[in-house]
Amino acid sequence: MTNRQTGNANRARPPVLEVRDLRTAFLTDAGPVRAVDGVSLSVRAGETLGIVGESGSGKSVTALSLLRLLEEPARIIGGEIRFQGRDLLAMPTEELRALRGNSMAMVFQDPMTGLNPVIRILRQLTEHMISHGRQTPQAARRRAIGLLGRMGITAPERAVTSFPHQFSGGMRQRVMLAMGFANDPALLIADEPTTALDVTIQAQILDLLRGLNEDFGTAILLISHDLGVIANVCRRVAVMYAGEVVEEAPTEAVLADPRHPYAWALLNAVPRIDRPLGADRRLTSIEGTPPDPLDLPAGCRFAPRCPFRIARCETQHPPLAEVAPGRLARCWVTQAGQVLPKAGGAGFAAPREARAKQEVRQPLLSVRALTKHFPLPRDSLFSPQRVVHAVNGIDLDVARGETLGIVGESGCGKSTLARLITRIHRPTSGSIVFDGQEIAQASAAAIRPLRRRMQMVFQDPYASLNPRMRVGDILAEPLVAHGLARRGAEARECAAELLSTVGLNPAWTSRFPHEFSGGQRQRVSIARALALQPDLVVADEPISALDVNIQAQILNLMLDLQQRLGLTYLFIAHDLAVVRHLCDRVVVLYLGKVMESAPSADLFARPLHPYTSVLISAVPVPDAAMPQAGRRVILRGEPPNTLVLPTGCPFRSRCPIARPICETPPPLAEHAPGRWAACHFPGAFDPKDMPARLGQPGPAC
Amino acid sequence: MSGAGIAIPAAPSRSRRMWRRYGLAGIGAGIVLAWLLVALLAPWISPYNPDFVDVANRLQPPSAAHWLGTDALGRDCLSRLLWGARVSLLAGFTVVLLGALFGTLVGMVAAYARGWVDEALMRLTDLVLCFPPIILALAIAAALGIGTTNTVIAMLVVWWPKFARLARALALVQRGQEYVEAAVVLGLKPSRILGRHIVPNAIGPLVVLVTLDVGNAIITFAGLSFLGLGVVPPTPEWGAMVAEGRELVEQWWVATFPGLAILSIVLGFNFLGDGVRDWLDPKARSR
Repeated sequence: MTNRQTGNANRARPPVLEVRDLRTAFLTDAGPVRAVDGVSLSVRAGETLGIVGESGSGKSVTALSLLRLLEEPARIIGGEIRFQGRDLLAMPTEELRALRGNSMAMVFQDPMTGLNPVIRILRQLTEHMISHGRQTPQAARRRAIGLLGRMGITAPERAVTSFPHQFSGGMRQRVMLAMGFANDPALLIADEPTTALDVTIQAQILDLLRGLNEDFGTAILLISHDLGVIANVCRRVAVMYAGEVVEEAPTEAVLADPRHPYAWALLNAVPRIDRPLGADRRLTSIEGTPPDPLDLPAGCRFAPRCPFRIARCETQHPPLAEVAPGRLARCWVTQAGQVLPKAGGAGFAAPREARAKQEVRQPLLSVRALTKHFPLPRDSLFSPQRVVHAVNGIDLDVARGETLGIVGESGCGKSTLARLITRIHRPTSGSIVFDGQEIAQASAAAIRPLRRRMQMVFQDPYASLNPRMRVGDILAEPLVAHGLARRGAEARECAAELLSTVGLNPAWTSRFPHEFSGGQRQRVSIARALALQPDLVVADEPISALDVNIQAQILNLMLDLQQRLGLTYLFIAHDLAVVRHLCDRVVVLYLGKVMESAPSADLFARPLHPYTSVLISAVPVPDAAMPQAGRRVILRGEPPNTLVLPTGCPFRSRCPIARPICETPPPLAEHAPGRWAACHFPGAFDPKDMPARLGQPGPAC
Repeated sequence: MSGAGIAIPAAPSRSRRMWRRYGLAGIGAGIVLAWLLVALLAPWISPYNPDFVDVANRLQPPSAAHWLGTDALGRDCLSRLLWGARVSLLAGFTVVLLGALFGTLVGMVAAYARGWVDEALMRLTDLVLCFPPIILALAIAAALGIGTTNTVIAMLVVWWPKFARLARALALVQRGQEYVEAAVVLGLKPSRILGRHIVPNAIGPLVVLVTLDVGNAIITFAGLSFLGLGVVPPTPEWGAMVAEGRELVEQWWVATFPGLAILSIVLGFNFLGDGVRDWLDPKARSR
């Protein structure tokens, strides 16, 4: 409430940042690409504005334009940027440099490359405080330590003497934020600051951003592809599409009632963790791809994909106009007063009936006490051998026809598990039984015939297809190798058929992977996995590299294929809402061990393990009506490293309810039919009982 | 359209961009192509028989009859220079191509097999690499006896290890790629994974090294010939020609022109190699 009032009081003051009709183009050989095409924004003192859009919508180029950080061939070709009343575009470079990192700071997406690896944290933090003439070296040191403490880094006096590689991604992002805030900027521009981080760390950073905005009154411009992230921090949001702002309004208004069909599509493409699951698990997705920036449509740029388009949309370009008090939208339909429907699909209907076929059967895949240790190279001849304990005794069963979800933070061993089951790696110990056959230590030649029945879909659609092979050859290769089709016409025909199975044009077999978009590549990757008609498909984060709308398309495709072909999925993901949406059962991993395993609906309704509760509560929800701070538990710290395994319960160092008994490792026990958890106090932890910001250190730090 | 009326500045002109991108590489390619033509057409374009001895006309300075003068035995320097291109280019290409082929095979197999195969092959590579290459080649060539073939064999022995090292590093990078993992999961045979998935994607930097290295091999071969190991006289060869002229201070033309020939072809291959590297690097290409 207090925030809202400050917001109102600020309305009288001039905006910190005012952008009018900004146009940035990339001057390429093929012609000018208008990445930002007439964007107008304003951010008032202490305000939080979010920019949301899919990749290629121009949101990052907008941010870079604001600081004039663009390099050739990108050029700002029009418009005006006023920062604290001064014209940024007319400013000499020297003056601009004095501004950057001083009253206008920026935090980038990748915390791994944002810090200079050979300079200690302290010097990186104090450097620009001193160079901007703000502080003496001693004062800068004190301030750096204070800031790091405020950013939630424990023992900041010791931390400042470290080098960046000694910090994890989340810690580095905190350092980047500390650098951003070092000179009390009037505006902080954060470009996807949490995209590279785990969900529990993301929750910490978002909470921090919110707190910093409240405490220091710094205006924040937050750029993200995730409406949930924006809803967590920003009071207003601008939705970008094809270089233009298509809707701008208070965040809760957009979330409750989007007035541009693209915002509507963005909102409805994401499965929601806070809504009941519908009977139909298909998500609302819009067809098509963003327009070619070299050849923009004459009318509304979203018209070719818009489910609500009218005749006028094809011919006339709509202006960004007021559709309600304080709400702007670039849409002929809503400007005429029409209301966009509430979406179906992702869970607005009655709760899904428990899927019937749950009776006990012979599992298709059964994993017992599986471990994998990766020895690291020795530092010297006599130093002790160090070992990464990636997987430390995992048990799981996958029944035929079901979808088993595997969730956990990065480093929990979920990708290693996928590569052990598909025998890309050989397990250190344990057993893997696939349809009655033990494959854990089988030789490559012995497994080869089984490969037909067990396939994998990979995370990165750009790395999982050989760039030098035509798509037809990629799809035909496994068929020929297993003697299922003869090289030549027969194999080509099968490849074309596979392409149409995954919803691509069968005539595209002669294309190379780089001629496809990310979503299309992922379809090719799925087609390749289906070529051998497998029983089990292991999908390692198959949608996490894709835009939300494409995610919805791929998830729908996977659901269709499962129904049509009777596939069994082992679905690995870090996105809990997606897992809840897609999976019948879920296994939660932490430090290479199973924490909890249960039917999906039960697990999300009433988690037994505290780690599961924390993970679920950390998911940002695009719903401003839900008071986030009261609902979520923000976990302290980060997962321990896997070089030395903790004794006892692996989670106890971060567990909000850890007690002395947790020093003995809890067994994975069945606490209710089908519900397994490795905890001494299953179900004892309820996020609602906990103080809101668990991880927030006091001002004393 | 709302964007009308906004002036879009023109990108730099096409010819300037082409020059920036391909200028030196073009010059390099031109030099190399010119020498290749010379080597190919030597029998037809050289004015005299390169081995024709005419003692009466020995050590003539450049003139209309002998454009680059004559050497101590009265042979026409220009004809010998043109014929010499054949030996130099053939030796350079043979050494580098065979060396690259063998080295790549060793490196890729080592990277794919890992374990003791990797250890054994790489220690062998290290063993060769720990000798100074030219001295080792010298020793082997001396042991095998003078002659073009023997010198090429000697150079091959010292030439493959760098390709093995590079190929292994490149293959290790490819091994971690998801499409190679996908190929494993698809149950493809190791030979096919190596041949169809790893090698084609790792080949780029090897092509660059090959291009840059031909010049290197030519100069090494010329060096060995200069020291008396390369070709059997009277075969015309640039290194041997420089050696013949090294004590003839007054008759500067005998050593200078073959030296310039070596210089130009090495430069040509270097420019071309740089160009190939830029061309294969997508980041440099988009600039």
